[in-house]
Amino acid sequence: MSDMITFDKVDKRFGQTVVLDQFDFRVARGEKVAIIGPSGSGKSTLLRIIMALQDIDQGKVSLDGRPLWDAAGGKHRIKPTRKHLRDMRSLVGMVFQNFNLFPNLTALGNVAAAPRHVLGLSQAEAEARAAALLAQVGLSDKLQNYPATLSGGQQQRVAIARAMALEPEIMLFDEATSALDPERVGEVLEVMRALAHERDLTIVVVTHQIGVARAIADRICFMEGGRILEDGTPQQILNEPRNERTRAFLRAVHLS
Amino acid sequence: MTEIFSWPFAAEILPALLRGAVVTFIATIGGFFASLIIGAVLLALGRSKQTAIAWLGRGLVELLRSTPLLIQVYVLFFVLPDAGIVLEPVTTGILALGLYHGAYVAEAYRAGLDSIPRGQWDAIESLRFSRFAAYRYLILPQAIAPLVPSLGNTFITMLKDTPILAAITVPELMFAANDAGSQSFRYVEPMTMAAIAYLVMSLIAAFAVFLLRQRLGTRYA
Repeated sequence: MSDMITFDKVDKRFGQTVVLDQFDFRVARGEKVAIIGPSGSGKSTLLRIIMALQDIDQGKVSLDGRPLWDAAGGKHRIKPTRKHLRDMRSLVGMVFQNFNLFPNLTALGNVAAAPRHVLGLSQAEAEARAAALLAQVGLSDKLQNYPATLSGGQQQRVAIARAMALEPEIMLFDEATSALDPERVGEVLEVMRALAHERDLTIVVVTHQIGVARAIADRICFMEGGRILEDGTPQQILNEPRNERTRAFLRAVHLS
Repeated sequence: MTEIFSWPFAAEILPALLRGAVVTFIATIGGFFASLIIGAVLLALGRSKQTAIAWLGRGLVELLRSTPLLIQVYVLFFVLPDAGIVLEPVTTGILALGLYHGAYVAEAYRAGLDSIPRGQWDAIESLRFSRFAAYRYLILPQAIAPLVPSLGNTFITMLKDTPILAAITVPELMFAANDAGSQSFRYVEPMTMAAIAYLVMSLIAAFAVFLLRQRLGTRYA
């Protein structure tokens, strides 16, 4: 299988803080990967780099064999022009911890906006696509609701439908269930699990909730200090972690 | 017989004052819309990626906010004709009000845009909206609702600034009241009536702002 996401010796720092340190990472097409690890370990930055919301200082990042970032010594060898970033973003969809829905649009409007104004579909086509996606996430009865009138779980399901509306090949979930009330996690996880059944869709989930990783992933990476310290199947990582740091993290998470 | 307030005299000067009130109303409305446009231009200049243009924009905002409106009115009135631009006094007045308040409106716009959470931009970028589509459909609709109270204040402040235009012979309400007073040496009636007229116009404007806020406030819920 070909690689969908490739990180090649990537460095990223914010001031003095090293966020990614000679970071190597590969995700095959259709793979479902969960990245777990303590906060501040660079997990979210990793996703933001793939979504082209954040650049890198050093190294290379490619999506589907096409170079997204290529930098050396803080200088970009591929100019991060708006056009380049927009082109590369067509491969990727992202779901955020705090949903980031547009408060001035209904659920239907949130999902239809990009098909209408980015892809140039007609209003009717865009709304038909949006309604179908909202039906898939179980929100057919909330089409005309504004985000403020939806629960966190419902808002996040709208956000998933919104990201899927541009038909990405890679879906990124950044702590997608972390801001939810515990009893609302299930409904979002259900939707994510359904997406995980799509064979060709590549999924990268960042989470500190082990249940989420277990439900979605066929591979789990434990990340700390800007590096992947352990990489394996859910069975191996969660049941027989080899790295001491992984064991410490899992103990801490199980206690909480 | 010197009563404090003469009703017959008040009735006599009422038409002149009403004509003045109409001019005040026109100058305020005109100045208000001018300030909305000029504010946007000043903000755009100040945010330009070209350093020189950005400095020009910010410098203009500082200049306009740090000098008295009266001086700005005089400058426009006496300097523009020298530059070959001859405008009606009321047009010059509208331009002056628009520039002076436009500098404040630019600041209000900036605050409105800065109030949009970072996460909205993340979503916008990740969904590949063009800059135009982002502002037109997502950012401006969100930024405008919180602007309404401060723009309402601008309107009312501008209404009360219009007497300054009397200095360049704009026949607005205070000009008419002064005129009536100096002809008869009775100032109580014209000033009282002018004050009531400003009060009524301010209250109407405040009520309009209230209605607008209610409409915008309930839309998202």
